[in-house]
Amino acid sequence: MYTFKHGVHPDECKELAKDKPIRVVSAGKTLVFPMQQHIGAKAKPCVKVGDNVLMGQIIGEADGIISANVLSSVSGKVTAIEERLVVGGQKVESIVIENDEKYDAIKGFGVERDFNSLSNEEIIRIVKDAGIVGLGGASFPTHVKLSPKDPNKIDYILVNGAECEPYLTSDYRLMIEETETLVKGLQCMLKLFPRAKGVICVEDNKRDAYDKITKACSSISNIETALMKTKYPQGGERQLIFAITGRKINVSVLPADAGCLVDNVDTVVSIGNAVCKSTPLLRRIITLSGDAYNETANLNVRFGISYKEIVDFAGGFKVNPEKMVSGGPMMGLPIFSLDMPVSKNSSALLAFTKDPLSNQNETNCINCGRCVSACPINLVPTRMLKAAKTGNFEEYIKLNGTECITCGSCSFVCPAKKPLTPYFSYMKFAVRGYLNSKKEAK
Amino acid sequence: MDLKLNVQSSPHVRDRISTSAIMLDVIIALIPATVWGILRFGVHAAIVVAVAVISAVLSETLFNIIVKKPNTIGDLSCVVTGLILGLNMPPEVPFFVPAVGSFFAIVIVKMLFGGLGQNFMNPALAGRCFCIISFAGFMNNFTSRMSVDAYTSATPLIILKSGNEVNLFDMLFGYIPGTIGEISAICLLLGAIYLAVKKIIDLRIPILYIVSFVIFIMIFGQGKSTNINYILGEVLGGGLIFGAFFMATDYATSPITPLGKVLYGILLGVLTGIFRLFGKSGESVSYVILISNLLVPLIESFTIPTAFGKEGK
Ligand code: SF4
Ligand code: SF4
Repeated sequence: MYTFKHGVHPDECKELAKDKPIRVVSAGKTLVFPMQQHIGAKAKPCVKVGDNVLMGQIIGEADGIISANVLSSVSGKVTAIEERLVVGGQKVESIVIENDEKYDAIKGFGVERDFNSLSNEEIIRIVKDAGIVGLGGASFPTHVKLSPKDPNKIDYILVNGAECEPYLTSDYRLMIEETETLVKGLQCMLKLFPRAKGVICVEDNKRDAYDKITKACSSISNIETALMKTKYPQGGERQLIFAITGRKINVSVLPADAGCLVDNVDTVVSIGNAVCKSTPLLRRIITLSGDAYNETANLNVRFGISYKEIVDFAGGFKVNPEKMVSGGPMMGLPIFSLDMPVSKNSSALLAFTKDPLSNQNETNCINCGRCVSACPINLVPTRMLKAAKTGNFEEYIKLNGTECITCGSCSFVCPAKKPLTPYFSYMKFAVRGYLNSKKEAK
Repeated sequence: MDLKLNVQSSPHVRDRISTSAIMLDVIIALIPATVWGILRFGVHAAIVVAVAVISAVLSETLFNIIVKKPNTIGDLSCVVTGLILGLNMPPEVPFFVPAVGSFFAIVIVKMLFGGLGQNFMNPALAGRCFCIISFAGFMNNFTSRMSVDAYTSATPLIILKSGNEVNLFDMLFGYIPGTIGEISAICLLLGAIYLAVKKIIDLRIPILYIVSFVIFIMIFGQGKSTNINYILGEVLGGGLIFGAFFMATDYATSPITPLGKVLYGILLGVLTGIFRLFGKSGESVSYVILISNLLVPLIESFTIPTAFGKEGK
């Protein structure tokens, strides 16, 4: 079985939602589309207030090389273009659309297509027009990823089905329910990279998904499946690449430089949908889980629907939660309001009646070394924390702190309950600033 | 819906392990040795251990009151220090000795250097050595009124030094003179197994300590290198087992880096070998660990592991 060194084993808590089939959430009256749902340049609105739009129509155009289109997920009328709150806590220019509930789609929407009859350029254009970005968290525009300098250097396309964060089950549901589209999506990608082999990587706590996919691609010569050990962060890009190929990359090396492309399950399914079914990216799959819900769920949510609406759709809260997280509990963002739209960079929505962090006794670091044994990057987190707290950037860099992937493993295991990862997230930006000012000084 | 949500940076879940749970496990691991010591040496020994623990707890409380900091005794580390110090006392030592020893260990060695995890010497060991220097007469007297007729007061190391054989069975099960907690290898190893199973201690240090010590005395043992009785006697005697599993593994005073742990274990073994073969004092283990404690920052500085993906760069 494939795996990496170190890492941790948080309680999986997947049984809460893993057997809930994906349900489609019905959209409300008003939908909000932020122009920044991806890494890179903000999209530029290409509609005006008062315009009528169709489902699948591009309403925000990719602006620059690294950017992505934003599409309307319903048909209706543009009622406002204004700043709206998004999950990260920022306000972002957004297009507000009044849903006419007719779901009139753009021409050709939903038409079946054979990817073999398409040229590589056409496939990449379709992916770009469909507004597809990485749906595993990074939200990197997929068409850019699919156009590396030298396609012949790519010998692995890894589909990340690790879903190693506790609670999350949306990728699992997709792998089971959309097996065929997943394999199709991967075939589309492989067409672009003639020398590459596709590997669908699944953790061994999802064996049924693994078996189903293995069966579905048994007759396809350039696709394999790989069963990986259930361990966090098995789905981290560097850990996944190492587990499957034995190649090691660091922060300054792109996966493509190591001959690998990594995409998450939902992204590959979206590619399959866009290329083979002419259905652009208008939705994402969201797991609602945690003890505060009446009913956990895996939901197919159109972009633009507010978090509040999906919580109500699923059946609301049993008790008002004390803590909510967008994403998994190890790396997700804390949520402070439900009045925000679901977008491409959304993730699961977890709700806990008790904040697991509220009654932790922080003590001095006892130098126990648990953080060292947990760190998948082989760092010495307790020393990094000392350097970070004293603002000693040189020491922090010497300790390779810039290699930290903020996976949270060190904070998770620390018996002294030290805020290790939060400091390292902060240092990511602080070190950059420090290096810039140093350069200027020279 | 009016939600009041906590906002804190990830990760949002934590392992159940805590500082106090770890300390509690160390205390549990020392119970067999403690019970055996008390059975062997009687009420006086029990009071010695109790005094050491109580003095440690009071010293830490007092210190925190004086410097106006929240009391830290809840993390139980002062109980561990007091217990280890008490177990390292001879059975008939007057009660003021452990009281002073614990005070020294907690206040001077631990708290003044910033408290838990900040000290660079093992507090219990430093406390013990402080007592040996200050109260040599009491600290070197291993006679016990409980065992006066059946056993001599000569410790196994003295017997070995004079070229005689020791009774390994007695050393294993704890029918020898010595400090309260160090006499039964079996009881100590039971505790060590518990700590290893619960992943509290990293076995690299104690095992390399013992292995490198054995290799060292086999090489330099002048004619005794194949004498099983001699070698096992050296391993089981002189508090080596106690030191290797319960003191050399002290988090704060051992290297945090994996390679550092390896080097540290070997260093301890070699130094103990040198002290045992060429020195006079029977207290080599305590001194060796303290000296090695001082070298830990140096060892760590050149054993920082290579980051993932940075190999060969
Ligand atoms: S896990 Fe926590 S207590 Fe242990 S060494 Fe790391 S920071 Fe210190
Ligand atoms: S957050 Fe950073 S330092 Fe901590 S375990 Fe993950 S990679 Fe290592």
